[in-house]
Amino acid sequence: MNFPILTAIMLAPVVGLLLILLIPEREELTIKITAAVATFVSLVLAILAYVLFDHGRGGLQFLQDITWVPAFGINYSVGVDGMSMPMVLLTAIVIFTGVFASWDMTKRVKEFFIFLLMLVTGVFGVFISRDLFFFYLFFEVAVIPMYLLIGIWGSTRKEYAAMKLTLYLLVGSAFALIGIIATFLYGAQQLGHATFDIQTLATVKYDLGFQKFVFFLMLIGFGVLVPIWPLHLWSPDGHVAAPTAVSMLHAGVLMKLGAYGLIRVGVFLFPEGAKYWAPLIAVLCIVNVVYGAMIAMVQKDLKFVIGYSSVSHMGYVLLGIAALNTLSLNGAVAQMFAHGIMTALFFALVGNVYHKAHTREIARFGGLAHQMPRVAAGFLIGGLASLGLPGLNNFVAEFLIFMGSFTREQSLLGGLLSYRILSIMAISGIVITATYVLRVVKNTFFGPRKTEWDHLEDAHGVEMVPIVVLVATLILFGLLPSLQIDMINSGIAPLVAKIEAAKAIGGIF
Amino acid sequence: MIKYAWLIPVFPAVAFPIIIFLTRKVRLLSALVAIAAIAASFVMAVGVLREVFLLGVTMEKPVEYAAPWLQIPGLLKIEAGILIDPLAAVMLLVVTLVALLVEIYSVGYMHGDPGFSSFFSYLSLFSASMLGLVLANNYFMIFFFWELVGLCSYLLIGFYYHKHSAARAGLKAFVTNRVADFGFMLGFFFLFAMFGTFNFRELAEAIPGYQNTGFLALAAALVFIGPIGKSAQFPLHVWLPDAMEGPTPVSALIHAATMVAAGVYLLARAFVLFASLPGIMLLVAYVGGFTALFSATIAVAQRDIKRILAYSTMSQLGYMVMAMGVGSMTAGMFHLMTHAFFKALLFLGAGSVIHALEEQDIFRMGGLYKDMKVTASTFIIAALALAGLPPLAGFWSKDEILAAAFDHGFTGLYILGTLVAFLTAFYMFRLIFVAFFGNRRAGLHGHESPLTMTIPLLILAVLSVVAGFVGTPFASHGFSTFVYYGEPHHVEPNYAVMLLSTLVALAGIGLAWLLYGRPSDVPEKLATRYRSIYTLLVNKFYIDEIYMWLFRRVVLGLSEAFNWHDRHVVDGIFDGVGDLTRISGQKLRFLQTGNLQTYALVIFTAVVIIALWMAAPVLGGVIQ
Repeated sequence: MNFPILTAIMLAPVVGLLLILLIPEREELTIKITAAVATFVSLVLAILAYVLFDHGRGGLQFLQDITWVPAFGINYSVGVDGMSMPMVLLTAIVIFTGVFASWDMTKRVKEFFIFLLMLVTGVFGVFISRDLFFFYLFFEVAVIPMYLLIGIWGSTRKEYAAMKLTLYLLVGSAFALIGIIATFLYGAQQLGHATFDIQTLATVKYDLGFQKFVFFLMLIGFGVLVPIWPLHLWSPDGHVAAPTAVSMLHAGVLMKLGAYGLIRVGVFLFPEGAKYWAPLIAVLCIVNVVYGAMIAMVQKDLKFVIGYSSVSHMGYVLLGIAALNTLSLNGAVAQMFAHGIMTALFFALVGNVYHKAHTREIARFGGLAHQMPRVAAGFLIGGLASLGLPGLNNFVAEFLIFMGSFTREQSLLGGLLSYRILSIMAISGIVITATYVLRVVKNTFFGPRKTEWDHLEDAHGVEMVPIVVLVATLILFGLLPSLQIDMINSGIAPLVAKIEAAKAIGGIF
Repeated sequence: MIKYAWLIPVFPAVAFPIIIFLTRKVRLLSALVAIAAIAASFVMAVGVLREVFLLGVTMEKPVEYAAPWLQIPGLLKIEAGILIDPLAAVMLLVVTLVALLVEIYSVGYMHGDPGFSSFFSYLSLFSASMLGLVLANNYFMIFFFWELVGLCSYLLIGFYYHKHSAARAGLKAFVTNRVADFGFMLGFFFLFAMFGTFNFRELAEAIPGYQNTGFLALAAALVFIGPIGKSAQFPLHVWLPDAMEGPTPVSALIHAATMVAAGVYLLARAFVLFASLPGIMLLVAYVGGFTALFSATIAVAQRDIKRILAYSTMSQLGYMVMAMGVGSMTAGMFHLMTHAFFKALLFLGAGSVIHALEEQDIFRMGGLYKDMKVTASTFIIAALALAGLPPLAGFWSKDEILAAAFDHGFTGLYILGTLVAFLTAFYMFRLIFVAFFGNRRAGLHGHESPLTMTIPLLILAVLSVVAGFVGTPFASHGFSTFVYYGEPHHVEPNYAVMLLSTLVALAGIGLAWLLYGRPSDVPEKLATRYRSIYTLLVNKFYIDEIYMWLFRRVVLGLSEAFNWHDRHVVDGIFDGVGDLTRISGQKLRFLQTGNLQTYALVIFTAVVIIALWMAAPVLGGVIQ
C-alpha cells in the first residue's frame, strides 16, 4: 500500500492544529469541532490500519522512509509492528474521546486545543518511529506541551505539579538521551556507518558491560515515565492537577511511552542488559502494585485514587517486562492498552463530576447514582475493569502477565525469592484493588440521595461519547481477546526470539 | 440437542442487553424477555438431560466441544468449550428450573419497584453466567464465569443501593469472594505450571500419574479456597448473611439454590484432583463439617427470618462440602439438587411473608398460618424436607451424606452430621412455631400473595417432596448410577442411620415445640442463664468484628503509613534534591561578588596552585 497511513494518522492532528490557528478565538465551537474532526480522522485511519495489519506476516508494516540527515544516518522512517499498532490505536481512541471530554472547556479554548493536538502528535510520532532520533524527538514534543497544559489549565497546585512533572520527565529523558547517544556511537563504530535505525542497531553485538550500563540508563529514563517506584511521584500530582483531557492522555498514553520505550529500545536492543536488571524491576514492580494500591485505598480525592491506581496497574506492566517471556510480554502490551482505555474512562468520568460539582472529595459525595446513573454505571464498569473482571480487557492482560511471570522458573537472592513468589505477591493486588475500587464506588455513588447534589445533571449528549467509546472498547477486547493478542504476539515473537538467543546471564540478584 | 447446548447460556445472555437497551422503559416486557429467555434455556436443558439418557452419555464418556478463544501458539490455548456429562446435565436442569420459577415469582414480588427492569436484566446476566459456569470445560472458563456470577451477586445484593447496609453488604460479598478467588486462581496456575493445560479432561488424564504429590496437594488446597468463599464456608462465610440485604428472590436464586452451590459444583468438577489426596480430602471434609455445625448453632439464636435461612444455607452447604470430603461426590450433588428446591422454596416463602408484612423479625410475626395458607403450608413442607423427615427430598439426600460418612469410616463427622440434623430441625421449627402459629401480633396482618408468587411456591413444594425419589434405594439408586466419580457406587441402605436421623429430626421439632410451640418463658430463662453462650451465638462468634478490626487497624493502618511515607519520605527526598539545587544556587551566587579584588585574588591563587602543580616534576623532592 502506498498511502502513508501512519504519517497521515500523525499529521491529522497537525492539520487540525494549523486550522485552529486560523480560527478566531471566539469561535469556540468551531475550534472544538475542528479538533474533533482531526482526531476522528486519526481514529478512523488507526482503526483501518489495525484492521489491515497482517499479523500472519508479523514484523513492521506500513513502512515509509525519507532520508533526512544522511551524515548521521537520521531518517524519517516509520512503521508499526504488533506491539506499536495497539498503542497507536490506543492513542487515537484516547485523544478522540479526550476532545469530547474537554467539550465544556471555556478558558483559552484555542490554545488549549492547539497544545493538546501538539501533544498527541508527539505521542503518535513515538509509537510509529523506527528511527531512534525521531523517537527521541517526538518524545520531547510530547513532554513540553504537557507542562503548559497543566500549568495553565490545571487545578490543585497546578504550577507545582506541572514543574514537578516536567522536571521528572526531563531528567528521565536526559538519562535516556545519554543511552541513545552511547548506543548510536557504539553502533556506528561496530557497523562502520552511522545509523539511528532501531532494527539495524538491534543487529549489533553489544558487549555485556555496555548492555548493563545502557539498559540501566534506559530503565531510569523510561522508568520515570512508566512510572517505576520510587520515581513515581510526579504522576499522582500530575494527574490531579491536569485538566480532564490531559489526565486522560497523561495516564492513558504518556505512561505507556515509558513502558513502550523500555521494551522497544531497552529490551530489544539490550536483551542481556534486560536480563541482568530484570530482577530489580521485578522487585520494584511489586512495590508499585501493592504499595500503590494500598495508598490508593486511603486517598480522599477521586483523582488521587485513580492516580495511585495507575501506579499500581503500571506495576503489572513492569512485571510483564521483568518476566521477559512470551506470555508476560504479550500481557504487558495488552495491559498498556487496557489500562490506557480504563484510566481514560475514569478521568473522563471524574472530570464530568468535577466540572459540575466543583469538588472531588469523596467524603462529600454519596448516593450520586441517584442523580448521575450513567456516570455511576460508567465508573462501575471502569472499576470492574480495574479489578480485573473477566469479560473486560484488563482481565486478559493481567491474566497473561500473571501466567507469564508465574511460570517463569527463576529464583532470586540465592533461592530466597523467586518469580513465582513475586507473582503471587502481585496477584494479591487483585484483592486490594477490588477493595479500594469498590469502596470508592460505594462511598461516591451508593447510599441515600443527598439533596445538595440534586442540581447535578447526568452525562448526556457529547459527554456520552467518551463513556460509550471507552466502555465499548473494554468490552470488545475483553470478550474477543484474540483480536488483540494475535496482533501483539506477532510483535512479541521476534523480541522473545532475541531474548532467548541472548546469553543466559544471572540477574543482579 | 446436546450439539446446541451452548445456546443455553446464550438466551439469557442476549436478554441482558435487550432489556438494558431496548425494553427498559416497558417494565412488563422486560420481565417477559427475561422469562422467555430462561424458559428457552429450561426447555433446552430438559432436552439435553433427555439426550444424555438416550445417547448413553456417562461420566466416563462425556460430550465435549470447543471453539478457540485465546491462543498463543505453543504456549497457551484457552477454549470456549462445552462439557456435557450427567453432572452438568443435572446442574443445568436445577439452575434453569429454579431461575425460571424465581423470575416468575419476581414479577409479583418486585411489582412496583422502580428498578424492575434492571432487576430482570441482572437476573438474566446471572443466569447466563451461572449456566456458562456449569457448561465450562476448563478451569479458565469456570473462573471466568465464577467471577461474573460474583459480579451479579454484588449488583443484586446492592440492588437497593440507597441503603448504606445494602451497599456495604455488596462490597463485603465481593471482597470476601475476591480473597477466595485469589486462592482459586493460584491453584489453577499451579495446575497449569504442572500440566500446561486448563482442560478438565486432559487434567483428569494427567493427574493420576503425577508423582510430585506435594505440589498437587498445594494446588488442590488453593483451588479449594475458591469454594470456601463462594459456598460460604468457614472462615470466609461472613458475606452470606449480609447478602440477605438483596431482594428476597435473589436470596432464593443466588444465595441459596445456585451460585453458592457453585463451590460444591467446582469440587465435583475438580474431584479427580482431590480424590488422590487423602490429606486434602480430610481438610475438605472437616471444613464442611465444621461449617455445618458452626452455622447451625448460630441459626438457633437469630431473629431475622432471612438470616436464619442464610445460616441454614451455610450449614447445608457445609454438608455438601463434607460429602465431597468423605469421598461421595454423588451424595454431595444429590443434596445440592434437593436443597436447591426446598431452600429456594423457603426463601420464596419468606419473601411472600416479607412482601405481606414488610417485617423480617420472626418475633414480631405470629399466626401467619391463618392469613397465608399457601405460603405457610409450602413453607412447612420445605422445612420438613430440610429437617430431613421421610419421605421428603431432604431426607434421602442428607441420609446419603450421613451414610457415606459412616461407611467411609468418618465416625466423628457422622456424629457431627447427626447433631447438625437435630439443630436444623430445631431452628426451622422454632421459626415456624414463632412466625406461623401462636397469636397474631398487633399491627401486622398477613395476606396471601398473588398467583405469580404462589404458583412457583406450589411447584417447588411438589419438587421438595418428590425430588429425593430419584436417589432412593427403592428406585435402584437412580442418581448414584448417573452422577458419580470413578465407579458408580452407592451406599447400601443403612436402616440404622435412617432411623436415627429421623428420630433426631423429630426430637428437634419436639424441642422447638416445647420451647416455642406454646407460651413459655423457658427460652428467655435459658438465654439469661447461659448469657455468655447466647451472646456469642447472637453475635455470630464475633467473626465479623475480628475481620473488621483487622481491616481497619492492619490494612488501613498500613495504607495510611504507606501514604505518609510516600508523601513525606519519598517525595521529601526528591523535593529535597530540588530544594538542594535551588538553595545551592542561591548560595553559590554569592561567589559572584562583582568585586575586582576578590576575582584577582582567586585568579592569582589558582595560577599559583597550577604553576606549582606543573612545576612539580622539576622541583622534585621539594614538594613530594
